Amino acid sequence: MYAALWRVLPGPVWLRIILLLILVAAVVYALAAWVFPWIDVLITPTQEVTVDR
Amino acid sequence: MTEYQPGDIQPGSDATPLSRREARKAEAEALKNSASPTEQSAETPDEPAQTGLLAFETITAADDSVPAAGEAASDRPSKKKSRAAKAAEQPPVRRTLATKVVGVFGELLITAGVFVLLFLGWQLWWNSIVLTNEQASDASSLADDWKLPAVTGTTPTPTPTTTGAAAAPVNYGEPAVMGAPSAGNNFAILYVPRFGADFKRTIAEGVDPQTVLNKGGAGHYEDTQMPGEVGNFAVAAHRDGWGSAFIKINELQIGDPIYVETQDGWYTYRYRDTEYVTPYGVGVIDPVPQVEGATPVDRLITLTSCNPLYIASERIIAYGAFESWQPRSAGPPAEIASVVGSGN
Repeated sequence: MYAALWRVLPGPVWLRIILLLILVAAVVYALAAWVFPWIDVLITPTQEVTVDR
Repeated sequence: MTEYQPGDIQPGSDATPLSRREARKAEAEALKNSASPTEQSAETPDEPAQTGLLAFETITAADDSVPAAGEAASDRPSKKKSRAAKAAEQPPVRRTLATKVVGVFGELLITAGVFVLLFLGWQLWWNSIVLTNEQASDASSLADDWKLPAVTGTTPTPTPTTTGAAAAPVNYGEPAVMGAPSAGNNFAILYVPRFGADFKRTIAEGVDPQTVLNKGGAGHYEDTQMPGEVGNFAVAAHRDGWGSAFIKINELQIGDPIYVETQDGWYTYRYRDTEYVTPYGVGVIDPVPQVEGATPVDRLITLTSCNPLYIASERIIAYGAFESWQPRSAGPPAEIASVVGSGN
């Protein structure tokens, strides 16, 4: 899986490393911005701070 | 796999270089005999269950055979040559479908582990830092918007020099009460020095998680009273995650000030007591808490959040009683003066 990713990336090793870091940063940002908030609302009880009937 | 004849090399016996070389020759010979069936079987891995073992054997066979052959020809310069030869001759580790599937599965498991760790880091740390910073800047800009226009020219301004106000609280009369804001609208700022010297959060109308509470600030129960109004000004906020505004709600001490700023001025409440209720304990936000239908006399503030931390099977309720208010022209209370606005 990751070996295939490494093969797909173009250029010399240093360029591949830079591309990989950019990819990782993009993925982590997407997770933090959209995926994690969505999951948190679904699974954690921290939403419940109000009294309700 | 290399078959040593008993007596070839005696452990501990001081073998001369000659006899050692002879031993190697014998070893190489033995290897030739044993290696051919091994390699044959490695090249035709019909049984997938043994693939790992076969691959291992293939590698070891190459490891052993190459230096043995090189050293048989010449002893010394064989080192470099043998390494290059090894790289060239070593058959690649064969990956069958089964090993590929297992490999991808393993990578998926590692990815899942990293994903869970990232989520925890985001939930417990990153998100709260981001939201706290957003709250600080939101509250600051809100307070800046409410700032009275700078006094221009001829009108003298007596307010900044009223140092006596700190010593003897001035009574500004009945507190101004604003009308109900529209849902989701930031209409007030909450300052609680006990929660942190620079603690300030926006208060928005409504307690909807998505549109209000998950932005890190507090939300005002829509049917409850407004700041300074007779009755109960009830707000909710997260305690663990999403900015953790009320994480220290259990650390309030009797008499701790709770300041609320609106466009009209500042309202000072003093923390009075704490109550733990079930999630359905709506009596706590009644105008007279826990006394349904009673006519309110006091002005109260009620903070609600979850309890226990990270479990939220109960609610923690902190009450404060109104002490005083001061209009915008009087300036902010001394204790939070440095925190109000963008602080310059």
